[in-house]
Amino acid sequence: MAGKPKVAFYWCASCGGCEEAVVDLAEGVLDVVAAVDIVFWPVALDFKVTDVEALPDGGITVSFINGAVRLSEQEDMVRLLRRKSKYVIAFGSCSHLGGIPGLANLWDRRSIFEWYYHKAPSVADGGSQEPRERVEVPEGTLELPAFWDVVKSLDQVIDVDYYLPGCPPTPKLIGNAVTALLKGELPPKGAVLAGTRALCHECPLNETKPEKLLIKELKRVHLTKVDPEKCLLAQGVLCLGPVTRGGCEALCVKGAMPCTGCFGPTDEVRDQGAKGISYLASILDFDDEADIRRAMEAVPDPVGTFYRYALPRSILMRSRGVKAHG
Amino acid sequence: MADPVVINPITRLEGHGKITIFLDGKGEVSRAYFQVPELRGFENFLVGRQAEDAPQITSRICGVCPTAHHTAASKALDDLFKVDPPPAAKMIREMLYSVFMLEDHALHLFFLGGPDFVVGPTAPKAERNVLGVIQKAGLEIGKRVIAMRKELRGILTELGGKTIHPVFGLPGGVAKAVTPEMQTRFKETATRALEFAQFCEKLFEDVVLENPAYVKMIMSDAYTHRTHYMGLVDSQLHENFYDGQLRVVNPTGAEVARFPAQQYLDYIAEHSEPWTYVKFPFLKKIGWKGFVDGEDSGVYSVAPLARLNACSGMATPRASWLYEKYFETLGGKPVHHTLANHWARVIEIVYAAERLQELAHDPGIVDPDIRTLPTETPKEGIGVVEAPRGVLIHHYTSDERGVLTSANLIVATQHNAARIAMSVDKAARSMIHKGVVDDGILNQVEMAFRAYDPCHACATHSLPGHMPLLLQIHGPDGRVVREIRQDG
Repeated sequence: MAGKPKVAFYWCASCGGCEEAVVDLAEGVLDVVAAVDIVFWPVALDFKVTDVEALPDGGITVSFINGAVRLSEQEDMVRLLRRKSKYVIAFGSCSHLGGIPGLANLWDRRSIFEWYYHKAPSVADGGSQEPRERVEVPEGTLELPAFWDVVKSLDQVIDVDYYLPGCPPTPKLIGNAVTALLKGELPPKGAVLAGTRALCHECPLNETKPEKLLIKELKRVHLTKVDPEKCLLAQGVLCLGPVTRGGCEALCVKGAMPCTGCFGPTDEVRDQGAKGISYLASILDFDDEADIRRAMEAVPDPVGTFYRYALPRSILMRSRGVKAHG
Repeated sequence: MADPVVINPITRLEGHGKITIFLDGKGEVSRAYFQVPELRGFENFLVGRQAEDAPQITSRICGVCPTAHHTAASKALDDLFKVDPPPAAKMIREMLYSVFMLEDHALHLFFLGGPDFVVGPTAPKAERNVLGVIQKAGLEIGKRVIAMRKELRGILTELGGKTIHPVFGLPGGVAKAVTPEMQTRFKETATRALEFAQFCEKLFEDVVLENPAYVKMIMSDAYTHRTHYMGLVDSQLHENFYDGQLRVVNPTGAEVARFPAQQYLDYIAEHSEPWTYVKFPFLKKIGWKGFVDGEDSGVYSVAPLARLNACSGMATPRASWLYEKYFETLGGKPVHHTLANHWARVIEIVYAAERLQELAHDPGIVDPDIRTLPTETPKEGIGVVEAPRGVLIHHYTSDERGVLTSANLIVATQHNAARIAMSVDKAARSMIHKGVVDDGILNQVEMAFRAYDPCHACATHSLPGHMPLLLQIHGPDGRVVREIRQDG
């Protein structure tokens, strides 16, 4: 009796949205629970780290790990899960690319403290004491963990077999991944378990996208009334569909808003933001530098626009001057 | 004193809520500290971002209440660009907000706070979870909750693009209009939601209110603090989730402040302590007097209990009737019993469903005019909503291009941080005697903060909503005599 596949879920620096995405399998959760043996899932079940440690190496069929990696405990935990698991799947944008919390790599711990405990307008006058790692109180000593300066994607810490992209991944993709695992129909190692082509190919507005897209003006979304029936790029609103992996079923576009790139780049792209910027350069229909500058005034924040989910995984990874380890 | 016993020695403490309890020589509690051990710095990395991206960036503070951050941010942008959304846009926002509050509160009732009551506060830990609730209440109920949540979240997906991290919010309105065909479906969902709300109400009544031991527990001194309360109210002083003025009442129930969110800095300031990363907001006009309750202390609280105390009634019929019954049963207004948060949450489930019903039936909601485009130069904006866990304030400044130059966020669990710390300390003192601590006792200490449904993902802009917990008990010599760890 081979027994059911053993599955672990774990979160690192995450918002809880990926856990909610699993719950959003709705009645499908009951099917998953029936088909596999969940050995570790901190949010829902009472298994301990010691239970994981007690399993033989490779004893877990698959670990789904969401959230970026920021703390030593998270590093220890993902290394443990790596050792115990046949497959590790990076679940969601944070784990896949570093995610939105990865924008913190533009700052360091010192500047975060400076704002939060001293300069924020609601901080009480003179009440600016900072938390310390060891504090003597009348009753004894209290300890706090230090946190680091840099946020990393999962594969910057451990070897990752597959990636489930998205912020969060859709229930459909989660279901597909679990099914593929159960049937043993897995793609080659390193695959991103979503579409292989750019989002435009599955976008309902794709037929309204001109064959050769050239634009004379970029518009910021909050200053534009978009026509929900027409390709956003063709309307001059920056949509990252052409440079983003498909598989999400164009949910944001169906919500009448542009794609912001949470599924990351397609397979052949190394740096998502660089790809986005070069794509934009290719469709801006100007030769004169002054015209290009004027058009680009509609993108005052290239980092937050093109690297919103992928700064830690980018070639730059962080701002200059931010230490790799705090 | 027995020899110190260290259970589960753990040196790695990151990413966990932490309760540290110090015992005196007799094994009694000298003080319990509730520590929040992380910080992510969202306020910093909002600087330099395009203002219009704030609703989508800040929703990533918390995947459990993304719609709260998304909506607070959208309202802060209305103020930043000085635009007033058209009536249909406001209705759509509030309708989505009602859907979100309803399903989030239901999640808490069945998955997080409910098991303590349905399964029992001292039941074995392995059963104190949603599966235990389903076992006790029947699989049909479990399926019903799952189906209802799915249907409600379908509305969020249809209008918000995604359920988790929606995209509908823009300064001056929403991205997508409601068509007459959608309205027909939403009306049907609203009817089912109202039935579901009344089912939640009945379940709570049967399980909790019909059980004298639970009512006694709710009313007990161990779970009582007489603080100020803050909540959002409309012009009739009725509770409102989406808009209105912030009203503060003192422990006797008297109004001591009422102000628009734009004036929050005149009323709220934050104190910090060296032993936790979370900041403690307090009423500025009274001042920070430490972790004490009463009229002379600046400590206040938010969330369902506080909202019911801070308003003068509910805006919808069934919720109004329940509101009267609640105060009658619990000995008049205001109610200071922390565990009454659970009942207040059920009343809000009913209110959310009734409000959803009203908005889904409003003929004005299908007006295609859902955007007012900004024309003013942006400078500063403040937005507020009632998140499920209480008042949520977003405050931004920007340059003339609409690029953010600063962000200040005061989130629900932060407003409650002082009262939560006090509740944990008091519960520990009440439950732990002669050094005896077992799982049931520990859980009753935990119940003191679980009632607030604390979201430390929000409070520190760091952790997921359901908190792994580490409890350390120190003997009189300072050594750790016991350590208990719970992973989420």
